[in-house]
Amino acid sequence: MRTLESVMIEHRFFHGLEDELTRAIAGCGKQVRFETGQYLYRQGDPADTFYIIRRGSVGLEMRGPQGNMMFNTEHPGGVLNAAWIVPPYRCSTDARALETTVAVALNGKCLRDKCEADHHLGYELMKRFVPVLVDRLTHARFQTLDVYGAGMA
Amino acid sequence: MHTGAEAPTDPMIPRLFAVRARRDETEDTFTFDLEPRDLGPRDLELLGGARSMAFAPGQFNMLYLFGLGEVPISISGDPAEAGRLVHTVRSVGSVTRGFSGLQPGQTVGVRGPFGTAWPTREAEGRDILILAGGLGLAPLRPAILRILAERRRYRRVYLFYGTRNPQMLLFRDDLERWRNTPDLAFEITVDHADITWHGRVGVITKLIAAADFDPDRSTAFLCGPEIMMHFSAEALKARGMHGADIHVSLERNMKCAIGHCGHCQLGPAFVCRDGPVFPHDRVAGLLAVPGL
Ligand SMILES: Cc1cc2nc3c(=O)[nH]c(=O)nc-3n(C[C@H](O)[C@H](O)[C@H](O)COP(=O)(O)OP(=O)(O)OC[C@H]3O[C@@H](n4cnc5c(N)ncnc54)[C@H](O)[C@@H]3O)c2cc1C
Ligand code: FES
Repeated sequence: MRTLESVMIEHRFFHGLEDELTRAIAGCGKQVRFETGQYLYRQGDPADTFYIIRRGSVGLEMRGPQGNMMFNTEHPGGVLNAAWIVPPYRCSTDARALETTVAVALNGKCLRDKCEADHHLGYELMKRFVPVLVDRLTHARFQTLDVYGAGMA
Repeated sequence: MHTGAEAPTDPMIPRLFAVRARRDETEDTFTFDLEPRDLGPRDLELLGGARSMAFAPGQFNMLYLFGLGEVPISISGDPAEAGRLVHTVRSVGSVTRGFSGLQPGQTVGVRGPFGTAWPTREAEGRDILILAGGLGLAPLRPAILRILAERRRYRRVYLFYGTRNPQMLLFRDDLERWRNTPDLAFEITVDHADITWHGRVGVITKLIAAADFDPDRSTAFLCGPEIMMHFSAEALKARGMHGADIHVSLERNMKCAIGHCGHCQLGPAFVCRDGPVFPHDRVAGLLAVPGL
């Protein structure tokens, strides 16, 4: 059976991370599997876990006036639930497996404690999370423009 | 009556075509097939049959609905398929709304084909990235069909199609076929969907980040809203591609389509004559000028 560390280093999110830090992060993690239709988390749940997808895909949904709408999907390489670093640590969306999905689940409380104790680890993690958040913001803006609306090519 | 030899050659005089079939793509977009009305079977034979309707992928025709007006519309059919012209139109204004009522047997005036083509020949031996946004899939469809028909001439082929929601997907039979085409990395992504959708949701640029291609040996074809092409070109450049290898198809108001009237001017270029397909590095600066 492969160790969590060996699984993590294959993932682009952890590329370039020192072995010692990878080990420290792996200490907060485990491998998880979700079947089609199963929720990884629901809007309003405590954001005590973030996920790094290895296989499968996950739809991010929000409850709207016409029922749930999917506004993003994440696929292998994708990261889910950035709310683990932002107080009050609550999930802001629903996340549902669109097919059988295998992920690394990292405990947010455990990681927050390690980051407080070791700012170098904290900085390395932030360097990886901030680009994910900036990309999300850029993509959300792009979607708000509704560029494919009627009258345009 | 015209004979084949007398068929109009003046680019300002439309030839008469009859609508042979029409198919609804979405609520506001439809595809129709045209066949020449001014040539009989004998004339077609004299002209070499379908050669009189030959076009290069990426080119457009001026379609004239008598009494309403004339609009530039890209050819969306298969360049290898003889004997008919195919166009896909979204109803946005007075003329295109008129087209939406077209029924088999009705007459349409056609001038063309005009403009530059997707460089499918120059791209042989290279990785291909085709990025279509919304109705932008229509002008790309002839290039896609040619590349798939001649698949062995290319290295990896990626086709990414982004649209607003699953209801706005065009060419559904093609999409089904492309999904099952080996050697084609085909992905559809929509801006949002209800939970019955099982595909991707998110912006098209996300797909570029995950694609495995050699930036020095790749050619990209982009067609869609300008802002989508801008973001996509930037994402391709961030992966190391050169502007000269990224091709975009532009739209501007057109009247003559032969470089005379200036309606389609984009800085020093005329979109009807120098385009609609341009290398991105040639137009990127011009597109950045507000209002040009
Ligand atoms: C080279 C080229 C290829 C084209 N290919 C296709 C095609 O394959 N299928 C297709 O449906 N359309 C295509 N178009 C766009 C099409 O020509 C226009 O939608 C059409 O001219 C609009 O005419 P109208 O009289 O219906 O609308 P108008 O009454 O002139 O305009 C109605 C509304 O549409 C907007 N509009 C007009 N022209 C455009 C445009 N070019 N792009 C975006 N918005 C516009 C106007 O701003 C206005 O809000 C192409 C344009 C060019 C230049
Ligand atoms: S449309 Fe007249 S110059 Fe291009």
